[in-house]
Amino acid sequence: MSSEFKKNHVVAIDDFTVDEIRTILDLAEEMTPIVEGKKINKDFEGKILATLFFEPSTRTRLSFEAAMKRMGGRCIGFARPGTSSAKKGESLADTIRVAAGYADMIVLRHPQEGAAQLASKFSDVPVINAGDGAGHHPTQTLLDLFTIRKEKGSISDNHIGIAGDLKYGRTVHSLTKALSMFETEMTFISPPSLRMPKEIIDMLKRKGVKFQEVKNIEETLSNLDILYMTRIQRERFPSDEDYKKVARSYHLEREMLENSKDDLKVMHPLPRVDEIKADVDETPKARYFEQAANGVPTRMALLKLLQEV
Amino acid sequence: MEGKEKKIKITPIEHGTVIDHIKKGQGMKVLRILDLVDREIDSIVSMAMNVNSSMGKKDIVKVEGKELKNEEFDKISLISPNATVNIIRDYEVIKKHRVGLPDFAKGIVRCKNSNCITNQSEPVETEFEVTGEDPVKLRCTYCDREMTGEEISENVI
Ligand SMILES: [Zn+2]
Repeated sequence: MSSEFKKNHVVAIDDFTVDEIRTILDLAEEMTPIVEGKKINKDFEGKILATLFFEPSTRTRLSFEAAMKRMGGRCIGFARPGTSSAKKGESLADTIRVAAGYADMIVLRHPQEGAAQLASKFSDVPVINAGDGAGHHPTQTLLDLFTIRKEKGSISDNHIGIAGDLKYGRTVHSLTKALSMFETEMTFISPPSLRMPKEIIDMLKRKGVKFQEVKNIEETLSNLDILYMTRIQRERFPSDEDYKKVARSYHLEREMLENSKDDLKVMHPLPRVDEIKADVDETPKARYFEQAANGVPTRMALLKLLQEV
Repeated sequence: MEGKEKKIKITPIEHGTVIDHIKKGQGMKVLRILDLVDREIDSIVSMAMNVNSSMGKKDIVKVEGKELKNEEFDKISLISPNATVNIIRDYEVIKKHRVGLPDFAKGIVRCKNSNCITNQSEPVETEFEVTGEDPVKLRCTYCDREMTGEEISENVI
């Protein structure tokens, strides 16, 4: 089963091959009955997962802990740096070496870029990156891919619109890189000041991926199979006025969905603020809560594959 | 002409290393990159700046009594890709080397990203993959940020 998976650590989505991604998503699918409580699993009985969160991310942490506990394992760790020895000036390298002595695997969330890469060098147990500053967040991308496949039957052959802050949003960068490994078409929807960075655009051109860049959701919505929404942050704009003017055109409301395909699925990494109006939630097109729930089977699959390496 | 000038400005050495064709103004950085400034060494180290040559102005660095190793002069390439390294024995050049870019640059350059984990007090050397040759481009293997040109020479450790 895990013949395609040879990783000791999970640092970045770019480290995976298409086959490895498929292996993870296949296994995540098998995990679904366990998550739904229809099957009991004890694969991790007696095992300990350390969740070291140097910055808070409740959803990611809970989802890793749920994944571990669904397989009979236990968790130790901290949810913010105030409760850790890092606050007392200990290096990350030392914290990791100590935690590796207590636990069978480590999940790390850290505000500095490259933290997970560093941790992987000092740990003799598997390290999973749960977000490092503006850097990587590979398990978010895996659960996004899992969601697309689950909703659409495949990742390839979809036209995927990605909307919001495409310049600074690491989630959309990782997702775009991952999608470029499959046969998809992409449309990037953002204000001109928040377009996809040049490196990513160049990478897509090099790979011959079909894509276009547009300025508003409505002009492209009717073509899309998936609409991936993200938040545009107030800090990116000089004034409240500027922000409000721009942000409004990147809001999705129910009425707009009338011009979309019947089987359009709307995704969002959450938390959302007002970029998706609550009236969208009740439509069958809204899949963001399912998407969040998909974090559990995806992370279960990853834990299991790492344990077997 | 070039050879004659060299004889005037740079006295020949009996034994050691002459690094020639260093990009003008980069001589000090070459000294630093090779750790010849602070390190306790017996050698006499000298430098000539702004030397005329057929290819314009250049700097020259001379290290007496010490033969530099390949991995040492690979570092030079990061800031002066056209430099040459001459190993001298008994006043003769026994080996002449164009510097070559290494695949990875470890512990030579600091990452320009202040939020990179290598800029905190962690017990690791910086590590960059050399992703471009002309101009030299480095990608931090920790935070993925790319550096080039002045960013590199300004961040030499
Ligand atoms: Zn870096």
